[in-house]
Amino acid sequence: TLFPRQKEGTERPKWDNKVQYLLTCIGFAVGLGNVWRFPYLCQIYGGGAFLIPYVIALVFEGLPLLYMELAIGQRLRMGSVGVWNSISPYLGGLGVASMMVSFLVGLFYNMILAWVLWYFFHSFQSPLPWRDCPLNLNHTGYLTECEKSSPVNYFWYRKTLNITPDIETSGPLQWWLVLCLATAWCLVYICFIRGIETIGKAIYITATFPYLVLTIFLVRALTLSGATDGLVYLFTPNWETLKNPKVWLDAATQIFFSLSLAFGGLIAFSSYNPQKNNCERDALIVGCVNSLTSIYASIPIFAILGFKANENYNDCRNWNILKLTNAFNIGDENITLENYDDWLNHLNTTDPSEVESLSLKTCNLQTFLDQSASGTGLAFIVFTEAVIRMPGSQVWAVLFFVMLFSLGLSSMFGNLEGVLTPLLDLHMVPPWIPKEIFTGLICLTSFTVALIFTLGSGNYWLEIFNSYVGSMPLLIIAFFEIISVAYIYGINRFNDDIEWMTGRRPNIYWQATWRFISPFMLLVVFVAYVVIEAEKRPTYNAWNPDYVNFPLADVLHYPEWVFAICVLLSVLPVVSIPLVALYRFIGLLKKYIMNRHNPNPYANEFCNGDL
Amino acid sequence: MFEKIFFLLCLSTALAEQLCRPEASDGYRVRLSIKTALGDEAYVWNDNEMFLFRATLAFAMRNQISGQEFEVSNIIVCDETPRVSFWFVVTSPQNTSQLVDKESVEEAVRKSRNRINSAFLLTDKTLEFIGIPPTLAAPVNPDTPPWLIVFGLVMGAVGAGIIVLLASSVVQKKRKNDEKPDDEEIDEETRVKTVENSAASEGIYNRSFSDDERFTHM
Repeated sequence: TLFPRQKEGTERPKWDNKVQYLLTCIGFAVGLGNVWRFPYLCQIYGGGAFLIPYVIALVFEGLPLLYMELAIGQRLRMGSVGVWNSISPYLGGLGVASMMVSFLVGLFYNMILAWVLWYFFHSFQSPLPWRDCPLNLNHTGYLTECEKSSPVNYFWYRKTLNITPDIETSGPLQWWLVLCLATAWCLVYICFIRGIETIGKAIYITATFPYLVLTIFLVRALTLSGATDGLVYLFTPNWETLKNPKVWLDAATQIFFSLSLAFGGLIAFSSYNPQKNNCERDALIVGCVNSLTSIYASIPIFAILGFKANENYNDCRNWNILKLTNAFNIGDENITLENYDDWLNHLNTTDPSEVESLSLKTCNLQTFLDQSASGTGLAFIVFTEAVIRMPGSQVWAVLFFVMLFSLGLSSMFGNLEGVLTPLLDLHMVPPWIPKEIFTGLICLTSFTVALIFTLGSGNYWLEIFNSYVGSMPLLIIAFFEIISVAYIYGINRFNDDIEWMTGRRPNIYWQATWRFISPFMLLVVFVAYVVIEAEKRPTYNAWNPDYVNFPLADVLHYPEWVFAICVLLSVLPVVSIPLVALYRFIGLLKKYIMNRHNPNPYANEFCNGDL
Repeated sequence: MFEKIFFLLCLSTALAEQLCRPEASDGYRVRLSIKTALGDEAYVWNDNEMFLFRATLAFAMRNQISGQEFEVSNIIVCDETPRVSFWFVVTSPQNTSQLVDKESVEEAVRKSRNRINSAFLLTDKTLEFIGIPPTLAAPVNPDTPPWLIVFGLVMGAVGAGIIVLLASSVVQKKRKNDEKPDDEEIDEETRVKTVENSAASEGIYNRSFSDDERFTHM
C-alpha cells in the first residue's frame, strides 16, 4: 500500500460532515445540463422511450465510473495528478489532462453564468426588457432586426451578446459582459476562497436552492393552460426512436457528461473524506440523484414549454380571426376560437377568393411544440418568452435565473477543485503564499483568459470550447482511467482497498462493469463520436441580420485557422498522457544506462510523487 | 314650396353621398373593436355614438385648423358595417362641397388621437384609423439603467464579503503567530523527530520491490 506524503504540520482539510460531501458531489454532478440538455434529448428522442437507453447507460457506464473515481480519491487521498502518479508514474499525464480539461471547461462555463447574471440583473424591470422591440430612430416603427426575428431573440443576440456576423469578425470587448464576468468570478471566488472550507458552507444553499425553485415552478407550471399538452408531448414514448443508434450514443454521452466524470473534481472531493467511508453508497446516491433530478427538472420545463406553445398557437389563430373579421366586416368578437372552424367553412363556401387572398396562417399546435431548444437557446430565448406571458413575470424570471446560477455555481466548484487540489498536492505552491491568494490567482487568471468570450464573436468561441474541450478529451481520459485502475493498478488490489475502506468486497456487478463492460462502452462511444464528427466538415450557426433568409441562422464553415484551434483544443489536454509517459520512460532509460556504468546498490531509484 | 325644400334636401344628401365614398381620395376608414377592448362593459354602437364620433372629429379639425369652425355636419360618414367600421370624409365649413385634404385630416387625427380614444374608452389598437399609424410611445429611459443598480448592489456585497474573509484569515494567522511562537518550534522539532523515528521503525522502504510486483508476476 502507498502512504501519501503530507506536508509536515498541516492536516489535510476535511469535510465538516457527510452531508456536505454528498451535497458537493451532487452539486457538481447536477448542473445546467440537467435542466437544458436532458429535457431536450427526451423531447427529440421520443419522450419516455429515451429513458431506456438513459438508464442502461447509467447502470453500465455512469455508476461504475463514478464509484471508481470516488473510491480511488478516497483511498489515495490526493487530487487527480497525485492519484494517477501514485498508481503509476507513467500515468501522471492522466492527472495533468484532467486538470487542463477542468481549467478549460471552467473558463467557458463561468461565461454562461455571466450571461445568467446579465439576465438576472435585467429581471428587476417592468416591463421585462425582452418583451418589446425598441423603436427605430424616428419612432415610426420598430427596429428591423427585432421586427424580423422577435424581441427575445433581439435581446439575446443584440443587447446581450452584440454578436458579430461570423467568427472571424471579433468585434471589441463588450464592457457590460466584462462586468458580468467579473461579478461571476468574484462570486465564485468568495465561495472558493478557502477551498472546501468555504465551499462546504456555500454548498448548503447552492445545491438545495435549485430543487426548491424547481418545485415552485412545478406547482406554478401545472396550473398554466397548455401545460398538459407539453407534458403529454414530452413523455409520450415513441418506441421507433430506439432503433436509431444515435439515440444510444447520445444517451451514453449524456450520462457521462452529466455525472461530470474525468474532470478530477470528484477525485478531489472524495480525497478529503476519511478513508473508512462507504463510497459505494455515496456513488449510488450521487448517480441516482443526478438522474432523478434530470427527470424531475424536465417536468416543469416541459409544462412551461407546453404553455408557451399553446400561447403561440392561440396567437396564430387569433391573428387569423382578426384577418377574417376585418376583411369581411363581421362583428367584433363574433368569431371566437371555438366557432372559428365553422365560420371559416361558411366563408370559404360563400367567398373563397377573398379568403384565399388573405393568406391565412396554418396554425398547428404540434409545430409550436416541435420548436425544441437546448442549451442557451432554451434558457435565454424560449424560456424568457414563456416567462413574459406568465403573470408576475419578474418574480419568475428572477427565480429562474437564480436557480440557473446556483446550478452552475456548484458545478464550477468541482471544476476549480479539479485544478486547485492537484496543484496543492504537488506542492507547486510556495508555502508562503496563503491559500486565499492562490485561489484568487486562479480566479484572476481564468477571468483574464475568459475575456475572449466577451468579444463580439464570443458565443461562437464558446460553442467551440463546449464541443471540442468538453467532449472528446473527457472520453479519452475516462477510458484511460478505467483501464489504469482495472489493469495497471490491478482490480484485485482495488477490491482489497475497497474492502478495507467499506468493509465489503465489490460484488459481481461492479467487477463485470469495471473489467469489461464500461471500458468497452467507452471505447464504442468514443469511436462512434469520432466517426460522426469526422463525417462532415464542421459548421456553425451565425446570426447575421444581413443574411438573405434572416432570421434563419446563417450556416457557415469554420475557417482553417479556427478549425486548427478546435483540433488543438481537443488534442492539447490529452497529449499530456503520452508525453508524461514518454518523459518518465526516458528518465528510466537514463537511470538504467547510468547504473550500468556506475552500479550503486544503495541508490533508491523510484520515488513516487515526483514529477 | 314643399317640393323645393324636398328637392334641396335630396340634392344635399345626394351630394353628401357623392362626397363620401369608400376608397375616396380624401377620406379614411375607421375600425372600432369595442367588445375586444371593453368585454362585458361594451356599449352598443348606435347613431348616438356615431354622433359623438363626428363631434369628436369636428373638435379635432377645429384644433388643427384654427379659425375654421367645423360642425358635426362637416363630418360625413358612409359605408357602415356590422364590424363597426365606416368611411368618413371632412368637408370644409366654408364650402360644403369641397373636401379637406388628406394631410390635414391625418395631422388633426394624430394630434388629438388621445382625446378621440378616450372619448370612446378605446386605445390605439381598438380604434383604428386605417392609413394613420399611431405614434409609438417612446420608451422610458432612466438615467441609470436599472441593471447597473442591481449589479452595483451585488458587487458591493460580494466585495465586502471577500474583504471580510481575507481580513479574518489575516487576523487568524496573526493570532496564531503571536500566541505560539515558541511552542511551534518545539512542536516542529518533535514532529520531525517522530517522522524520522517512524521512518526508522518501518525500515528503509525499498519501493523498487513494490513496483516490480506490478510488472513481473512470478
